[in-house]
Amino acid sequence: MAYLNVSDVTLSFGGLKALSHVDMKIEPGLITSIIGPNGAGKTSMLNCISGFYHPTQGDIHYKEKKLTHASPHQVSSMGIARAFQNLELFSGLSVLDNLLLARHQNLKYSFLHAVFFFGKASRVEAENRGYVESVIDFMELEPYRKSLVGNLSYGVQKKVEVARALTLAPDILLLDEPMAGMNQEEKEDIVRFVMDIQKERNITVVLVEHDLGVVMDISDQIYVLDFGEVIGSGTPEEIASNPKVIEAYIGED
Amino acid sequence: MSTNDHLLEYSIPQLLRWRVNSTPKRPALREKDFGIWNTYTWEDYYDYVRKTALGLRAIGLGKDDTIAIISDNIPELLFVAIGGHCLGAISAGIYQTSMPDEIAQIIQYLKVSAVFCDNQEQVDKVLEVRDQIPNVKKVIFEDPRGMREYMSDDWFIDIKDLYELGEKKHEGSPDLFETLVDLGKPDDVCHLCLTSGTTGLPKGTMMTHRNYINMGVRITEVDPLEPTDEYVSFLPFAWIGEQMNSFGVAMATGITINFPESVETAMSDLKEIGPHFMFGAPRIYETIRSEIWLKIDQSYWLNKLFYNYFIKVGLEAAEYKMTGKPMPSGLKFKSWLGTQLIIRPLINQIGLMRLRRAYTGGAALGPELFTFYQAIGVNLKQIYGQTEITGIAYMHRDGDVRPETVGKPLPGTECKIAEDGEILSKSASVSPGYYDLPEKTAEALEGGWLHSGDAGFIDEHGHLVVIDRLSDVMHSKKGEMFSPQFLENSLKFSPYIKEAIIFGNEEDFVACLINIDPIVVGKWAEDRGISYTTYMDLSGKPEVADLMMKQVLDVNSRAEKEHFKIKRFALLYKLLDVDDGELTKTGKIRRKFVQERYQNLYEALYDESVDKKDIEASFQYQDGQSTTVEASINFYTVMDS
Repeated sequence: MAYLNVSDVTLSFGGLKALSHVDMKIEPGLITSIIGPNGAGKTSMLNCISGFYHPTQGDIHYKEKKLTHASPHQVSSMGIARAFQNLELFSGLSVLDNLLLARHQNLKYSFLHAVFFFGKASRVEAENRGYVESVIDFMELEPYRKSLVGNLSYGVQKKVEVARALTLAPDILLLDEPMAGMNQEEKEDIVRFVMDIQKERNITVVLVEHDLGVVMDISDQIYVLDFGEVIGSGTPEEIASNPKVIEAYIGED
Repeated sequence: MSTNDHLLEYSIPQLLRWRVNSTPKRPALREKDFGIWNTYTWEDYYDYVRKTALGLRAIGLGKDDTIAIISDNIPELLFVAIGGHCLGAISAGIYQTSMPDEIAQIIQYLKVSAVFCDNQEQVDKVLEVRDQIPNVKKVIFEDPRGMREYMSDDWFIDIKDLYELGEKKHEGSPDLFETLVDLGKPDDVCHLCLTSGTTGLPKGTMMTHRNYINMGVRITEVDPLEPTDEYVSFLPFAWIGEQMNSFGVAMATGITINFPESVETAMSDLKEIGPHFMFGAPRIYETIRSEIWLKIDQSYWLNKLFYNYFIKVGLEAAEYKMTGKPMPSGLKFKSWLGTQLIIRPLINQIGLMRLRRAYTGGAALGPELFTFYQAIGVNLKQIYGQTEITGIAYMHRDGDVRPETVGKPLPGTECKIAEDGEILSKSASVSPGYYDLPEKTAEALEGGWLHSGDAGFIDEHGHLVVIDRLSDVMHSKKGEMFSPQFLENSLKFSPYIKEAIIFGNEEDFVACLINIDPIVVGKWAEDRGISYTTYMDLSGKPEVADLMMKQVLDVNSRAEKEHFKIKRFALLYKLLDVDDGELTKTGKIRRKFVQERYQNLYEALYDESVDKKDIEASFQYQDGQSTTVEASINFYTVMDS
């Protein structure tokens, strides 16, 4: 069985089928992209994996464990982290605080330790700060460490969003349109980060993205969704020559 | 004479060893990494230099080999440079902003055999021109990020592996390193410093150990430094200003050099360290002042009230401080009160509170700026010198800061003015010449004096006054002489003006192109409800033009001679940029290039019938792509009232 296995997932809202009988296999260490026109169900798919929605039918397995009905915090503690398309950061907190907050689940010390801040508490806090700093260094966020997130440009906030997902030290990172609304230079920057995330931090990446050029360049595996159905899957070369995909994207002659 | 004269008999590595023996545990270097300041003591410093030196030897480098350094300021850069010096090898700094072709040309010219890069960005540039630089044996890199594809290629080596090679060599022959260090002589060439060169390929100025150490010793005879003093390293290493501090001043005095986390964080890291002295090009001081003004502008009314009153007091007091005259007690009290109430908290916010002295050099700074900094209690002084004389040869003394001059010669420096007005100097810090350019060397060092290429004179107080580059002085059609740089500086004193380019050589009148300051003018526009999108849009606003007209009129009203007055101007649609070749790496305008590039604007400036012209503006992005935008530029004629 694959690393993350989505089998026969259907998601309906009343009469509307957002996903219908979707099968996906996400292999470890690769970049898997999900593409498709607006409203094709890409984000719904990510929501199902990360536990925001629960499929009406079908199952999702991760490392042999079933997470079909797991809640978001259970999913994240299993090692699946997510960066949102629309920024979900605390705009009144600094970059550093936003990232430290994401380490919350690693803060395992007692109330008493916390009150007096000795022993385990200070050690664990230092370890967490150390980890957060390694992510800040990795995402090149040093100049913004103490800036309020709300005061930063959109491009930087997107980087913070990805950084926050990384501070969870995930095995799988779900990225929902990390390049939307960015200029060419910022896009190239993010592409480089995504590739480094995969290659240097050995994290499996699931990428939802509109920019076909980027997807074709960096993906190992691509799934194409249209009206909630998988209409094609395979390597970028296979996708590029798949007539169904071409039709969905360019339309019929 | 000074007690430090014995230091002049050492090479840089020998002086480092001397430091280790006298103060092994004092911090020598500090680097911010992962949000924490990490300290290297003098002992650690020496250990790393040893590892690097023997590592370099293990990869086949030796006496007279050249190692190029393309890196942001990090401790490893000093390890590589001084490690090289231990072997008798020569280091050479290349600006991080250099393009691959430029790097290839420099590497060929300096016959470089190894390159040190800090990260993948620089490595990629070297890799791009690999086939043009067959003599480069190894490329050493510091940050392994993004280097995974290159690991299999043994042209590259991680500095950590280099340390390991060095350690092994040291275990094998423990006396080797000390023997190598003993072989160094103070008059050996140790570094090739590229002169920024406003035209053509830079020249490699050969620098000796003694050049640097003499500079460090002499400057501290005038302005003593304590071994506990802090310095923040944020100038490009390829510039003499940085080497002068890391090779010269730091070694001669034992101060701590602090390396910022990244280039972008330099200003906030400066705040954390609170240096005791700093050195920078005028741009830095202009930026800091704009920042202060912006801070005050955004502050609440009481702060503004205090600031506006006490800055006037400060400016008045500065006149006394700069000339060393005794201050009347009333003013003394008011100035003290102002310092306590507003000035100290203000400069603390920028990190300048502990600063005893700040130096500016590389280009002229408006006199008003000196008074401003003195008024806020920052002892800003002008220095003057060239790469060929290790950066500094002339400097203001405390209590004798005359903004229009560059001060008096350092101890041991002789000064002479040639018949054509050129400034000539002589000292132990004068370079032996340019690498592989005997003709240029003979020209620059003719008669044993260093020819600066600057026109100047010595005033009645014994201070040197620099007028302009001999070659830059312009003449109007009537043959009246003027200095474009002087006029540009007067314009740039306005907070709204970032850059100005004066024209008028062989013309009837003086005209200029102005770069508005995007931050200050942007804020100004916001406050007045003027909406704008881009820099280009903001520059085209009629309200902004009115504002600039006022600035120009103000400069004209202070013009000493009639032909200094600016008659026509236009606002340039983009900021002058190093990447576009409009500025040198140190931020000086490449006048000729700018004039050619904006030839269409130049023509319109001198055609008084034109008040609007449509142009096609081309921009080049960092990744090499370019786009063209159509815009119309307005030209304004200044009517003196």
